[in-house]
Amino acid sequence: MILVVDMNWKKDSLGFYEFVLPIVKIAKTQDECIVKHFLEITNQDLSKCDSIVLSGTALKDTATLSQPEKFRWLSETEKPVLGICAGMETIGVVFGAGVIRCLEIGMTQINMMNENPLFYAGFKAYSLHSYCVKPSGDFEVWAKSTKCVQVIKHKIKPIYSVLFHPEVRNPELIERFILLSKS
Amino acid sequence: MRLGVLFSGGKDSTLALHYAAEKEEVVCLITIFSKNKESFMYHTPNIEISALQAEALGLPQITKTTQGEKEKELAELETAITEAARKFKIEGLVTGAVESVYQAERVQRICNRLGLWCFNPLWKHNQIALLEEFLEKKFKVIISGVFAYPLDEKWLGKQIDTKVIERLVDLQQKYGLSPAGEGGEIETTVLDAPLFKKKIEVLDNTVEFKGNSGVFIIEQARLVSK
Repeated sequence: MILVVDMNWKKDSLGFYEFVLPIVKIAKTQDECIVKHFLEITNQDLSKCDSIVLSGTALKDTATLSQPEKFRWLSETEKPVLGICAGMETIGVVFGAGVIRCLEIGMTQINMMNENPLFYAGFKAYSLHSYCVKPSGDFEVWAKSTKCVQVIKHKIKPIYSVLFHPEVRNPELIERFILLSKS
Repeated sequence: MRLGVLFSGGKDSTLALHYAAEKEEVVCLITIFSKNKESFMYHTPNIEISALQAEALGLPQITKTTQGEKEKELAELETAITEAARKFKIEGLVTGAVESVYQAERVQRICNRLGLWCFNPLWKHNQIALLEEFLEKKFKVIISGVFAYPLDEKWLGKQIDTKVIERLVDLQQKYGLSPAGEGGEIETTVLDAPLFKKKIEVLDNTVEFKGNSGVFIIEQARLVSK
């Protein structure tokens, strides 16, 4: 069971169709899927899922960044987590990393910095962000664009984060995360 | 949130408008008339009909004309969106983009410069499911342009129904044609939709077809009761 977390500023928002549904579509090819808004996640949701994907949001939507207390469960869970865009920024805030302004819109070259199980070389991906994460020492940097850090992994926990939107042109990355979570 | 919809009068922008109106307040339409029939950004056949569609929807419409030169046409779009923000106090823009990163990133950049939200509610949706949604929601959509082999003049003016969808799916399998016309293979015009207070009746039309492309031009139309 995959838990997809809707990170949009409110439940049942216009951003849901664009930022959550495409992830659900990919996740459903791999496993059963439940979707919950970030304000409504329960311990039961966290215990019954095998992995968790945090969605992105509209460029102007930074609601989750000002509510890190709603994501305390991130530092407690042992389940694999993939944060996408706003999901990555939120993971950064929860784990004490810096979040700074950095605008990238459109297809972006992602350069691999470290070997990892999610991708095997550099690639192009769709970016849509106005902030990026300045990772703390808790994270390994797996990829960068010319402007900022694009992929990080927590050094101990199975928490992965990507700043670009893999649901747009790189669905295989979400599929590999789910497969990795099952192994 | 007050929203403007980037509106061509084709099926995708009209459906995006319906999604937006369910969640937020749609206050105006923004339509770009491109003189370049091969524009990468804007749907072209029958765009003049969008004035009737705006009337049917009961929404004000901001229009701008562009020569349709590849990047310059974006300047006119930005002017139109700026005008919508000033006149109608929009806080965000909605587009009918489904797959085109080219369209999406350009509109996102403009919205970012203007401090507006940008929504693409049909983004990455399954194209066949979208076509079926038009039938479920009782949209009346006609094919007003065909731009790829093996689509011929027989398709022009046809209303999208179950049979048309089946044939488009078949062509997708045989020729790799995008069934919803995402590659610009098909353009459409919406004659009726749930939020239309009146529907459009076509009184006169002409068909132009040359090589592998053609358009169904609505020469005269009017609004009639539903």
